[in-house]
Amino acid sequence: MTRFLAITRAEMLILRRNRWLLVATLIMVLFALALTFAGSAPTGTLGVDMLTVSVASMTTLSVYLAPLLALMISFDAVAGDVDRGSLALLLSYPAGRAEILLGKFTAHLAALAFAMTVGFGTAGAVAAWFGGAGPESLMALLRLILTSILLGAVFLALGSLLSALARGATAAAGLSAGLWLVFVVLYDLGLLGAVVMDQGGTFTRSVFPWVMVANPADAFRLWNIAATEGVAMTSGMTGAAQALPVWAAPVSLLVWPVLGFVLAWAAFRRLEP
Amino acid sequence: MTDKALTITSLCKDRGPTRVLSDITLHVAPGERVALLGHNGAGKSTLIKSILGLIPTDGGTIRIGTAAPGSAQARRDTAYLPEAVSFHPALTGREQLTLFARLSGERADVPGLLERVGLADALDRRIGTYSKGMRQRLGLAQVLLGKPRVALLDEPTSGLDPISRQDLYAIIDELAGQGAAVLIASHALTEVEARTDRIAILRKGVKVADDTLANLSALAGLPIRLRVRARENADALAARLGGNRVNGASVELLCSPDDKMEALRRIAAMGEAVADLEMTPPKLEDLYRHYARETVQ
Repeated sequence: MTRFLAITRAEMLILRRNRWLLVATLIMVLFALALTFAGSAPTGTLGVDMLTVSVASMTTLSVYLAPLLALMISFDAVAGDVDRGSLALLLSYPAGRAEILLGKFTAHLAALAFAMTVGFGTAGAVAAWFGGAGPESLMALLRLILTSILLGAVFLALGSLLSALARGATAAAGLSAGLWLVFVVLYDLGLLGAVVMDQGGTFTRSVFPWVMVANPADAFRLWNIAATEGVAMTSGMTGAAQALPVWAAPVSLLVWPVLGFVLAWAAFRRLEP
Repeated sequence: MTDKALTITSLCKDRGPTRVLSDITLHVAPGERVALLGHNGAGKSTLIKSILGLIPTDGGTIRIGTAAPGSAQARRDTAYLPEAVSFHPALTGREQLTLFARLSGERADVPGLLERVGLADALDRRIGTYSKGMRQRLGLAQVLLGKPRVALLDEPTSGLDPISRQDLYAIIDELAGQGAAVLIASHALTEVEARTDRIAILRKGVKVADDTLANLSALAGLPIRLRVRARENADALAARLGGNRVNGASVELLCSPDDKMEALRRIAAMGEAVADLEMTPPKLEDLYRHYARETVQ
């Protein structure tokens, strides 16, 4: 048990020293603040407090940023050691492959959680200070932070999977960029196209919401939107959320990290250094 | 079985349709230093990774003591130095070695070990600032962690300067002195000849020789190469010595170890006609070629 913690400790040291933690946190703070101030205009017309609007804007931001940041750390998890020629050495130690993977994953998740909490927390605090906040909008902020960390966990696991599948860090980086594009951009575009073609048929009413929630990025969006009326109103997309049971989005977002990690472990086990 | 630290019996490994290790049998006793020689692609690294249990094999058995490769016991008992190893550039030497110590579950004197390999000054510097030789020393320091029963060193001298090589062999002797079986993969005979007890030669995945260097050389009966540079007339020199002209001014002749002194006396007797003399004892290349030819027949 202490072995995976040894890996975690070294990995955290690396993230802190190569300034990854600092840069990721800065990116989160800057984007979250920018969106909070840019998105503060509609508060009056919608009759909600500024924090609610801010959370809605930051939800949209997090869909793009959380997977991106997660993939940016995890693509190197296995492939970096392959490139340096240190993987065979690491594997010759008594630590199992699952322990190595879990150790790195834990460190990466901790770093991501720190960046998310500080970034969204700062923006949330600023929004609450200037535009007011209520118990509901505070809950929405907390939910945003937690689900963002979960979404990050999904892509940390998927990034590790790609890292174990790719031959080298450059290939892993390329694959990660592709993965991000598919999950975050192309998937939704494809669904949109299908819905337009279907013109409100069976697909749109019964299949589409499930296909949508199967994508962790959309599940994240749905979870945050469905849970808060105010957020749903400001983001203007409630249709899909109403067609699904309440548990659909949380289950998707909770199953994905486990599934991704198991797949990454399976790929790592087959890897011959 | 237990008197051998490392026992390899009839090991085979296929990579696709090619057999990269074929029927390898090799034993290393505690305290014994064995050089594993062979050219690039001969199967040295594959053999070492098989011993570590990092890659699956296709027949035969490997035992570290009595443990199977890759088992928890075998991993604790084995130390490994990969070829041209590198570490994460953001960590310091101390941090990297501390990680390895924690992974091995040993309470280790990290600064002491780093001092032992000559990295005392670079303890808290990032590995990114290390030279190739320093990274190699750091790799060596982790070999010394715990008391390994089997130490597998893959090209340990690559990137080291001559003085570092001396240090390296002192450390290898120390390991062997503590009772570790040391297997050193290399392709430079001159570096391992004086420092190992036995030499095994691999050629295209087949073990073609396994004996002491003296026995191997005697069995092979390889010639010593003499290159004589003429002061003026190389043709005349070639005619008198009976060798071959190799370029404008030199003559090359081969002689057996027994005839060496006789040939030198003849060359010395020619006085002013000889400008220079170069003597090359048989190299790995020659030994290697010899044993490779023998297996083909």
